[in-house]
Amino acid sequence: MMKLALALIALVALAFVPAFAGPYPLGLGIGILGYGVLATAWAMFSGPTRYISLATVAFFGLGAYTVAVLADVLPYPLVLVVAALVGLIVALIVGLATLRLAGIYFVIFTFGLTELVRQLVTYYEVNVTRTLGRYVFLPLEPEHIYWQLLALLAATLAIAFWVRRSRIGLALRVIGDDPVVASHLGVRITRTKLTLFSISCVIMTLAGAIQAPRWTYIEPSIVFNPTTSFLVVIMALLGGPNRLFGPLLGAVPLFLLFEWLSANFPNHYSIILGLLFIAIVFVLPNGVLAAGDSLWSRLTRKAVQS
Amino acid sequence: MTLLSLHNVTKRFGGLTAVNGLTFDLAAGETVGLLGPNGSGKTTALNMISGYLPVSDGAIALSGDTISTLGPERIAHRGVARTFQLVRALPSLSVGENVLAALAFRKEPVWGKAAEARIGALLADVGLAGRADQPADSLTYIDLKRMELARALASDPKLLLLDEWLAGLNPTELRAGIDLITSLRQRGITILLVEHVMDAVRALCSRCVVMNAGTKIADGPTSEVLADPEVIRAYLGEDHA
Repeated sequence: MMKLALALIALVALAFVPAFAGPYPLGLGIGILGYGVLATAWAMFSGPTRYISLATVAFFGLGAYTVAVLADVLPYPLVLVVAALVGLIVALIVGLATLRLAGIYFVIFTFGLTELVRQLVTYYEVNVTRTLGRYVFLPLEPEHIYWQLLALLAATLAIAFWVRRSRIGLALRVIGDDPVVASHLGVRITRTKLTLFSISCVIMTLAGAIQAPRWTYIEPSIVFNPTTSFLVVIMALLGGPNRLFGPLLGAVPLFLLFEWLSANFPNHYSIILGLLFIAIVFVLPNGVLAAGDSLWSRLTRKAVQS
Repeated sequence: MTLLSLHNVTKRFGGLTAVNGLTFDLAAGETVGLLGPNGSGKTTALNMISGYLPVSDGAIALSGDTISTLGPERIAHRGVARTFQLVRALPSLSVGENVLAALAFRKEPVWGKAAEARIGALLADVGLAGRADQPADSLTYIDLKRMELARALASDPKLLLLDEWLAGLNPTELRAGIDLITSLRQRGITILLVEHVMDAVRALCSRCVVMNAGTKIADGPTSEVLADPEVIRAYLGEDHA
């Protein structure tokens, strides 16, 4: 109860940020919320199952493109519904095709999928509509995008919280530990993985859809940028993919660092990012929070002994 | 009443026939030993019964219904539970969660408060009372085996498949293990056990099926089967028969 109250207070406090934040801090806030949503949604599926998906940006980009295509045709709330449906359908198709793959094959497939989607969209735009980019003109101010992302983040955390406490969350952890045991205990593996993968992908699609109006102009190389997928993985790993707030806590410092690096080292930031990725995987395989925990227990154990 | 029946069950891996035309029945309530030298196809047979491996030929039925076309999760839902030759704990889960995993995905799931009580009782049954919160990867070998048994029992199985569950235990642990399985037998659970520990087989099994090179070579009361010259030859070689 106490925790829920704190979470609600934090949510209300964050909702007032646009009232006094200038355009630049608000932009940072939008970026942090966007990546916070993506990392939390990613970890919801990939944390317990250890299926490293690099398809994040495929769904993110599909969401953005759905808005770009439909913004002039349908009312905005309906556009978001269609985006969610597009995400769901693609997730189901991809899920049925890939979730039987494991380990490195799954990683490669999801990476390839992103490129495939990007190339398909590019092909369609160049050959059918004869344009590459699209303009998104929606009467949405940055604070509207901020509030929508905040609401999406709250919903994502609520879903992640529910998953962790429900049978489906346990099923995912059992599958992640040993799929053979899972099936012998009666876990319906494909159905479980497909359900969570779809929920996670729909959230990613919405994150892209909500942020689309911010760019005004979008094209495949912007919204299907594979760096986004990698960044989301590093964020979740840094914070700890198996903790509710871990991915979000990983998203905050890494997004700020990413902003700072790309502003100050525009030509070299991807090198630094790559090194950072390697360092996190080697030094903190379970995330900062878990490392903090084990350090804490080591310190307290020493204190007891001495 | 027949609970499990294997009819002409065959498993081929490429050119190798691991199990060849295996046929036997298990009556409800029976405890039967599945014996044979290493590589004779015992574990493969068990894997086909639990649905881990599809059969190449033949059929397996549980209470008259064919199960050899089903996947392991469906077979589990029909009341078949197993342990594995090499213990397969869920290492990132606690001991209690390992058992909860079995309760939660039964055909009639047990979850929440009801599950907590059941976990306590199941762990107490196998001698792990009060260890529910311990991480599974901190258990000793024998305790892992106990936990795996508790996990198998959590599904209230009609048929329990034990794959060398008593292997690697010291004499005291072996005694406790045999007592534990005896208590399961008394509860009416039908048990098929793959085992090399002959003392345990004599103590537990009224009947034994013996395999050699994928084929059944003997089937009958334990004392008769173990005295059968062909069985002795399969185990110990020509000179001892």
